Formats: sequence, C-alpha cells, structure tokens
Amino acid sequence: MRATFSHKGRRKKEQAVLAYVARRIVYVIPIVISVALVCFLLVHITPGDPLVAVLPADASQELAQQLRAAYGFDRPLPVQFGLWLWRAVNGDLGHSIATGRPVLSEVLRAVGNTVTLAIAAALIGFTLGLLFGLIAGYFRDGWVDKLATSFAIAGVSVPHYWLGMVLVIIFSVELNWLPAVGAGPGGSGAWGWDWEHLRYLILPAITTSVIPMGIVTRTVRALTGDILSQDFVEALRAKGLRETDVFRHVVKNAAPTALAVMGLQLGYMLGGSILIETVFSWPGSGLLLNSAIFQRDLPLLQGTILVLALFFVFLNLMVDIAQAAIDPRIKRG
Amino acid sequence: MSELPIGAIADTALQVAPVTKARGYWATVGRRLSRDKVSMACALILMAIFIAALIAPWLGLADPYQGSMIRRLRHIGTPNYPLGTDELGRDMLSRLIYGGRLSLIIGILPVILAFCVGSSLGLVAGYIGGKINTAIMRTVDVFYAFPSVLLAIAISGALGAGIVNSIVSLTIVFVPQITRVAESVTTGVRNMDFVEAARASGANAFTIMRVHMLGNVLGPIFVYATGLISVSMILAAGLSFLGLGTKPPEPEWGLMLNTLRTAIYVNPWVAALPGAMIFAVSICFNLLSDGMRSAMDIRN
Repeated sequence: MRATFSHKGRRKKEQAVLAYVARRIVYVIPIVISVALVCFLLVHITPGDPLVAVLPADASQELAQQLRAAYGFDRPLPVQFGLWLWRAVNGDLGHSIATGRPVLSEVLRAVGNTVTLAIAAALIGFTLGLLFGLIAGYFRDGWVDKLATSFAIAGVSVPHYWLGMVLVIIFSVELNWLPAVGAGPGGSGAWGWDWEHLRYLILPAITTSVIPMGIVTRTVRALTGDILSQDFVEALRAKGLRETDVFRHVVKNAAPTALAVMGLQLGYMLGGSILIETVFSWPGSGLLLNSAIFQRDLPLLQGTILVLALFFVFLNLMVDIAQAAIDPRIKRG
Repeated sequence: MSELPIGAIADTALQVAPVTKARGYWATVGRRLSRDKVSMACALILMAIFIAALIAPWLGLADPYQGSMIRRLRHIGTPNYPLGTDELGRDMLSRLIYGGRLSLIIGILPVILAFCVGSSLGLVAGYIGGKINTAIMRTVDVFYAFPSVLLAIAISGALGAGIVNSIVSLTIVFVPQITRVAESVTTGVRNMDFVEAARASGANAFTIMRVHMLGNVLGPIFVYATGLISVSMILAAGLSFLGLGTKPPEPEWGLMLNTLRTAIYVNPWVAALPGAMIFAVSICFNLLSDGMRSAMDIRN
C-alpha cells in the first residue's frame, strides 16, 4: 500500500493534514471564548453578594461600595466580561478574595500536583486498560474476557471517592502501611521524587486509575473484537502470518482510537480530581477548587475552573491533531 | 368431506401465523433481555432497593433520625443494630434503607430531566438541520469543553449547596451528552425511505417527528440514558459527599459517607457501607444498560 504512493501524493496528504490542523486550531478560538464566558457567568448566577467573603458583617454601605468598585463589580456585565477577558489573556486572573494572592500562581502551583497525580494514575490505568482490553478482545467470551470485563465494569461503576476511603481503611487504618492523607511528610510541602513522597502518591493514584482503566479496557476490547472480525485479518492469516504478527496489525489499527480515548481520560483526570483530592487532602487543583467553593472565593473559583477547562480544550486539540497525524484516513469534518 | 382436512390445515396455519408475526421489535428485545441472567439479577437487586426505600416506613425499622450519644459507632453485627450505628448513634440499616429515597431521586431525576430536554433538542437539531442544528450543536460543544465532574461541581458550587441545585447542575451536565446522541441517531433516521415517504405524502415536520421518528430514535437514547444513571448516581452522591447536595440530618448515601469519614479510625467498615450502596446501584444500572444494548442489537 505504502509503496504505491508517489512523492507528490504524500505531499498532498501532508498538506491535507496540515489544513485540518489549521482548521481545528481556528475552531478552538470560539470554544475558548465561550468557555471563558461560562466561567465568567458562573460568578453571576451566584446568589448573594460576591463580596460576602471579605466584607465584615457590620460593614458600612460606603465600604461595600468602595470594595465593589475596587473589584469592578459596579460596572455593566459586558464591560466586566471584556475587562476580565482582556486581563485573563494577559495572564491576570485577579486576586484571591480569601488570601489576597494572585489567582494564576495559586492555580498553577496546585495544577502541578494534580498533573503528578494524573500522570501516575494514567500510567497505572492505561497500562492495565490496554493489557486487559487486548487480552479480552483477543480471547472473546473466554474466562479471561469475562474476568477483564468484570474488572472494567467495576472500574467504571465504582464511586471513586468511596474506593479511596476503602483503600485508606485497608492500607492505612488496618495495615498501617501507607499514609492516609497529604502529599509528603510534614504537611504539604514541595513534591519530590523519592520514596518518602511516593508513599503518599500510591493510594490516590490507584484510586484515580480505576475509571480510565475500565474505560480503556472496554474501548480496546471492542476495537480488538471489531478488527479481528474484519476481512484483512483473515487475509493476513491466509497469507501465513504468525499469530504474533497478526496481533501487531491489530494493535496498529486500534492505536488511533485508543489514543483518543486515553487523551480524553487524561483530561478527565486533570479536571475531575476534586473528589479524590478531597478524600486524600492532595494539594492539587481539586482541593483548591473545594476551598474556593466553601470560602466563597469567587475569583479563585472562576480562575481555577477556567484554567482546568482550558487545559481540557488544549488536550482535546492535541489528541485530534495526533490522531490525524497517525492515521490520515480519519474522517475530518 | 374430503375438503375438511385441507380447511383445518388452512385454519391452523392462519391461527399460527399471527402469533409469530405479532412479536414486534420491542417484544423480541424484551424476550432477549429476560433471558439474560445478569440483566435480570441486576433488575431484581434494583427493584429490591427501590421497593425497600419506598415502603421503608412500614418495614418496622428504627427511626433514622433518632440518635443516642451512648450507642455511637457500634460495630456491624451488634444485637438490635445488624449494621451498627453511625457517629450520632443512629441505626445504620434504617438510614441505609431510608437513604435510598433521596439518593435515588437525586441520582435518577437529573437523567430523566436531561432525557426529556436532550432528546427534544437533539431531535429538532437532527431533523431540521441547517442553522438551528448549528446553533444547538455548537452550544453543546461548549459544554463538552468541560470535564463533566468539573462542570457539575462548578455549577453547583456557584449556585450553592442544596438538593434542587444539585439536580439542576447534573441536568445541565447531561443535557449536552443526550442531545449529541439524539442528534446523531436522528440524522441517521432522517434520510430513511419511510420518512421520505411521509414527507412526500404531505405530513408536516411535527407529525413526522412525533409519529415516524420518535419511536425509532428513542430506543438508543434510552439505552444511553440508562448508562448515564450510573454516572449520575456517583456524581449526585459525590456532590453530597463534598457538602454541595443534601444537608444533614437527612439520610442520603453521599452525605452519610462524608459524615462517617471522621469515624474511619474508630469503626472503618460501618463508615464504608453507604458507598457500597452507591456502588451496587451504579453497577446494576451499568450492567442493565449493557444488557439492553446487546438485546436491542438484533443482528447478533
């Protein structure tokens, strides 16, 4: 197949991929603006005064007015949005009402810890998911398949915050092997790649990995099954290929879709970490979001959600581009 | 007289024919589903949890709100308290069964609401197409730019804690997902011959959507929505677990898990019980959805 492509044909295809990438990037712009709008509006669907967190209960009307003007809450909504967006583009997401520190630096520091957790969880979840999915798809309806499918369905159905609690009960309370909360000895200090810190990562990472494990298993199992039932596999076997070589073809064909699913799952792990971070007091973006919600720290809430959503949009873009680069046959709309 | 046997054969043929013909698509799906042991077991478990929650006041259980400081955190298997007591000395068995009421409502209602809104939007977008499709589907895309957990927590965090707010935020999370499924199914059905025939014979858009398309698109959307209930149960209880849903002293599984977290060093396994209920309901809905999907896939 590949040998038949002329040099010219390949260049044409590269151009098509590039054009797709360009279109996809342009398409992201309205999405980013809409996401910013949603984040901005979140604060304005909030009942009550956004200043309630900083204003003393007996504050005078003047003080309230001054503060409102200082935070810009006294201007019309579209103006506020324009100003907020302009500042956000320039890297200024305002200051946290509760701590007074810049929102962006707070969020980025926390996101670092969440990325550590998500990558550790992805390593566990994707490895197991790919393994289980391939085996289950290959030996469909056998006992291995049934076992892997059960694991997968349990993984996608388990309330992960509860699983976290159960793991803490087993490994921290009953066995006393691993720490129950935090991200390092002596409070939540700087992260380091040594055993003292890694001990804290094990339980949250396993807990985070079960959902991606389940979803990757189910996807890869279905993909493998579909590919194995296609004619070209029959042809490969008829040609006399060894089963290991047939397997290699299956993996190659399953890769683009599996990659897309894994990219999306990585995004979910980064953005949806609040429950697990709350269970383990893991000092990431989820825990930050939690405290922003309960201290009614609206600039921090807005900023955290915006950064996490943009991360997710960016990751989706990367996945689409990677998919187009790997498999130019992918239907591009 | 010699005609009689032939007549009899014709009669039996006539009697048999309608029976085999009468079993339509849905009857076949139902029959296939009822033969699936896993799906039936899940349906039974769900039924038991539903009915127990429904008739809880008549089951002779202890008062789920009545606590006692002298019998706090009893272990599983204590006489009179088969599943122990919680951090305020309330009977766990009673709270778990009563807890099904709120937990199931806040978990299932968002999916039902989103099913109604999402399938209408998707049907309209898919059938009418053009600018309306673009408007609806591009709005849906914006919501897809948020991971669903983040979106649910952002909305209910902004709205504030409460049962209604948690239902609203979860509905907002699921509407785009159901709309997308409904739109793609509708687009697939729209160009089929029977819809073309209805249009040619002068049926208006509303009639075509209601009579000819609804029945064909609702099945796949329904299966998808059943699977969503599993996610919704986990998220709804998760919101309560964070303190964004139900408020104490209401018995609700997510909230119970939250308040019992402080007790994991004293009585760990009692603390884990509410989560096991969420898990059971969630996995049953997931397996049921899988069972329905394969039952509806008649080609297999």
